[in-house]
Amino acid sequence: MSDFPFLLAMIVVPAVGAAVLAALPATRQALARGLAMAVSLLVLLLAVLATVAFDPGGARFQLTTSVSWIADFGVSFALGVDGIALVMLLLIGVLVPVVIGASWDEQAAGTRSMRTYWAWLLLLESMMVGVFAATDVFLFYVFFEVMLIPMYFLIGSFGGPNRQYAAVKFFLYSLLGGLVMLASVIGLYVVSNSELGQGTFAFDALRQLDIDPGVQKLLFLGFFVAFAIKAPLVPFHTWLPDAGAEAPIGSAVLLVGVLDKVGTYGFLRYCLPLFPDASRDLAPLVLVLAVIGVLYAALVAMGQSDMKRLVSYTSIAHFGFIALGIFAFSTEAATGAVLYMVNHGIATGLLFLVVGIVISRGGSRQIRDYGGLAAKAPLLAGVFLLAGLASLALPGTNSFVSEFLVLIGSFPREPVFTILATTGIVLAALYILLMYQRVFHGPPRGVLAPPPDDAAPTDGGGSTAVLTAPAPARTSVLRDLSRRELAVLAPLVALVIGLGVYPQPLIDLIDPGVQATMSDVGVDPGGSAPEAPGGTD
Amino acid sequence: METLPATGLLSASWLLIALPLAGAAVLLLGGRRTDRWGHLLGTGTVVAAFVLGLVCTVQLAGLDERSANVDLFTFISTGNLDVEAGLLFDPLSAVFVLLITGVGALIHVYSIGYMAHDPARRRFFAYLNLFVAAMLLLVLGNSYVALYVGWEGVGLASYLLIAFWYTRPAAATAAKKAFIMNRVGDVGLALAIFLMFAQLGTTSYAGVFGQVGLLAGGTVTAMGLLLLLGACGKSGQFPLQAWLPDAMEGPTPVSALIHAATMVTAGVYLIARSAPVFDETPTARTVVLVIGAVTLMIGAIAGCAYDDIKKVLAYSTVSQIGYMFVAVGLGPVGYAAGIAHLLAHGFFKAGLFLGAGSVMHAMNDQVDMRRYGALARRLPITFATFGLGYLALIGFPLLSGWWTKDAIIEAALDRGGASGWLLGGVAVLGAGLTAFYMTRLMLMTFFGRARWEEGVHPHESPPVMTVPMVVLAVGSVLAGFVLVQALPLERWLAPVFGEPEEAAHVVAPVTVGLVVFAVMALGIGAAWLFVGRREVPVTAPARVSPVVAAARRGLYADAVNESLFMRPGMWLTRALVWLDNRGVDGVVNGTAAALGGSSSRLGRAQTGFVRSYALGMLGGAVLVAGALVAVTTA
Repeated sequence: MSDFPFLLAMIVVPAVGAAVLAALPATRQALARGLAMAVSLLVLLLAVLATVAFDPGGARFQLTTSVSWIADFGVSFALGVDGIALVMLLLIGVLVPVVIGASWDEQAAGTRSMRTYWAWLLLLESMMVGVFAATDVFLFYVFFEVMLIPMYFLIGSFGGPNRQYAAVKFFLYSLLGGLVMLASVIGLYVVSNSELGQGTFAFDALRQLDIDPGVQKLLFLGFFVAFAIKAPLVPFHTWLPDAGAEAPIGSAVLLVGVLDKVGTYGFLRYCLPLFPDASRDLAPLVLVLAVIGVLYAALVAMGQSDMKRLVSYTSIAHFGFIALGIFAFSTEAATGAVLYMVNHGIATGLLFLVVGIVISRGGSRQIRDYGGLAAKAPLLAGVFLLAGLASLALPGTNSFVSEFLVLIGSFPREPVFTILATTGIVLAALYILLMYQRVFHGPPRGVLAPPPDDAAPTDGGGSTAVLTAPAPARTSVLRDLSRRELAVLAPLVALVIGLGVYPQPLIDLIDPGVQATMSDVGVDPGGSAPEAPGGTD
Repeated sequence: METLPATGLLSASWLLIALPLAGAAVLLLGGRRTDRWGHLLGTGTVVAAFVLGLVCTVQLAGLDERSANVDLFTFISTGNLDVEAGLLFDPLSAVFVLLITGVGALIHVYSIGYMAHDPARRRFFAYLNLFVAAMLLLVLGNSYVALYVGWEGVGLASYLLIAFWYTRPAAATAAKKAFIMNRVGDVGLALAIFLMFAQLGTTSYAGVFGQVGLLAGGTVTAMGLLLLLGACGKSGQFPLQAWLPDAMEGPTPVSALIHAATMVTAGVYLIARSAPVFDETPTARTVVLVIGAVTLMIGAIAGCAYDDIKKVLAYSTVSQIGYMFVAVGLGPVGYAAGIAHLLAHGFFKAGLFLGAGSVMHAMNDQVDMRRYGALARRLPITFATFGLGYLALIGFPLLSGWWTKDAIIEAALDRGGASGWLLGGVAVLGAGLTAFYMTRLMLMTFFGRARWEEGVHPHESPPVMTVPMVVLAVGSVLAGFVLVQALPLERWLAPVFGEPEEAAHVVAPVTVGLVVFAVMALGIGAAWLFVGRREVPVTAPARVSPVVAAARRGLYADAVNESLFMRPGMWLTRALVWLDNRGVDGVVNGTAAALGGSSSRLGRAQTGFVRSYALGMLGGAVLVAGALVAVTTA
């Protein structure tokens, strides 16, 4: 079974699905969503089968496919995954059907149609699989850039009232980062040409180059800037709150849950193995940015009045934890960072979805327009709280395991940075519980208060969003989760708790890839803790 | 001491946690379908856990090595870190299991009556079950990670239960405050765990305790102080005590179970469990003593000034846990005494809270003691049980508190030297204040003239509530005698803390006993002078001395926290939000403006955008192609 080109199939299937959807007549919404769901479930099935076929004890990259593409320049269409990439593919496989399910009954305003929305989603899925599965640096770059296009249209065409601004900002930032990275990609090619006598973009070959430390630093920075924009580290982050707030909920889930992880994934896959000396030399700089991100973004999150912006800022804080875990150079911390990427996708995805449900009920993104929702919608309150607890990394939820691993793995090597980051757990509790209290606790307020006259909830933007859930009339404001919504959220709820209690299978999958990366960067993959004093047990 | 794999029913001790956890899951997921019998299921799981805990304890008592380890599954294993999910059933965890499930079961029964008219009673029992499960994990886990999971789990249950009546803003705010202040402590506990891993490569009790003696003194002291920070958060000790009185916003059974008998004593458990760490660091132990002594006084002083019956009891809890901290801070001579006081306190304070709940039940949820009075005859069972709890708490001879509190005072004096006298003096003074505020509470509630609001018709609570109160009252009377004299806890805990030694007394116990009794009598007398002899005004006097004014506001703990942390934090947040919008983003937009016209044009640039994108891609492609050609032809 391992001969089956799973990765190629996971790129082709959603791309074809997107093309078919785009060709459907705009009126066939029911057919379009059924098809989109079927395609995304097929990709999930492929991801699961690929995981079954993957042997954690086997070669570093498995399920490989390689076709020469631009032979003159040594570019090939080369795919392959280690455990790190594989868990990201599983995350994509889970999130896309959930996102499609979440937009099941939504209507697109104006001339746009849901068919196009789902087509862009599927195309995005295809590109995201490509970016994680590429083992050729040029191919990675291509996917990295092309991936912007579907996301640009998802935000720019289907987003909130400020969607144009947000989409352009997102695009310019990413494009800028991509171009800087391109310079480094070319630089790598030049180095490989001079060292090997023949240029190549193959990751495995580039990994073994012995690059001059000065050159390493320059090339490292090219990749680093692109990745630090993508998984935004402060101060490269200001595009994300806009994009996260204006994107339709489903796209926001994929943007923050998966797309941004390309940045942290890039740190681990490209920066560390290709430029080990530069990574070690520049690690203090990255760690400073990471810890600033953890604390600064948490504080700014606390001051947000818009729920979607708030969740976006929490993600910036979480990316700080991930960067800390990667640049602490220990197996435990890096494993934690990879696990964090998956868990954050699940937990923040869930949080974005429930925030989206609240917004579609109340017609406003502003926290001040809500209050006392728990009494009217206890199920919604419960799921919201669970998602929030996962975001603040409460033990028993999946995020705890990854945050704990990042911190405990970083501490022996970087105690000062770790101690600073650990204080972030207090801030996380604050921003989550403040929002939860204001929206769900207290007496009924805002959209739940008896209307003074026919006043609609003020601005906040939900009202002019392109995508709207059906019948946002006042009567539906009080509605608790429907069966369909429960069915959409249930898989993520199950994963939050399941991976919180029994994370080891995922860790077993990730571990070999992390250990290989650690030996690339010259760290004893056995781990970081010193021998026990006295050496006795 | 050897830890052996568990056999027999001990190997099923995971069921202790699983039973209430399953109860919580059924009640939460089952929804309204379980409304009719939810409270019975919730009570049943805890009663079953109590029975199982009893059987396990009996089996443990029969073992030669009283320590049973249960390995469950690998929780986290990567690199050098190996965290096994496992349980440790030993004499220390056994007494906690019995306390949690025993008092827990009684309070579940009581809640059937107390919450009978609450439409959300099922949710209440679900949260209570969740709490019991998390608390059992806290005391049964065999590693610091397992403890941490339970530790934050009880924090969540506490949050949910304080905010149970979440439509009341005060309840919602109190719940959040409790969680946040607990998390401040949790940072300490988490860092202690990180330090253990960094220095010892393990987080299991067996691994840490086996090697901690090999560490440098400074490292162990840091570890001890970080653990202490965690303990202070959970146990409402200075400087993290301000959340506990506010937590009284929760339903009274919650105050009894979580914020008096069990969860808030988890800090004492943490220090006692970490005895091998604290044994190595006199410095950290001294800090424990200081914190305990300071908190003991803070709680006792504030307890004298409040008119809210639950707040008085809450400050009393703060103060009593201060005694327990003093005990465990004394090291090996005090661990067993601290745990004994913890168990006795669990009985009488839970009983007192249930009694307070019964009073509130009778008085239309009034908590202001200035609106009570003359309730002794109307609520005879409540009065009798509450009275026994009162006598036990103030340390009336032969009742629980007398045995366990005097033991702590003796041990403090036995420390010798100036510090021993100081510590002992504070503990004795605290006993006097305890007698004062509790007598004041008794007089204002049960004696004097009825100051009830109109329409209040006090009535005794139903048997489902009074029976648990009676059981706890019996415990309040007997627990001290049993734990100190009949079945000495010191001996039972010897496998954990070592064999008790005969202490060389600095002051003869008889003298200590007489002095403490005299001080207690003074406290009672003072209360009678201030409260019993005069009419109690229904509104609190406004013109009071600065001391009383400070005590009424919890010695300004909230004011300090607000001016030191909350307000600066809010300013910082606002400043950063401004900076982020105007500064960081402004620079970016400004740069974009400089490059491509006005920044507002960025917003309107959508039409021109596709062109610029195409241009960008084109530029990139040209760059690539050019470079590749240059390289390959070179």
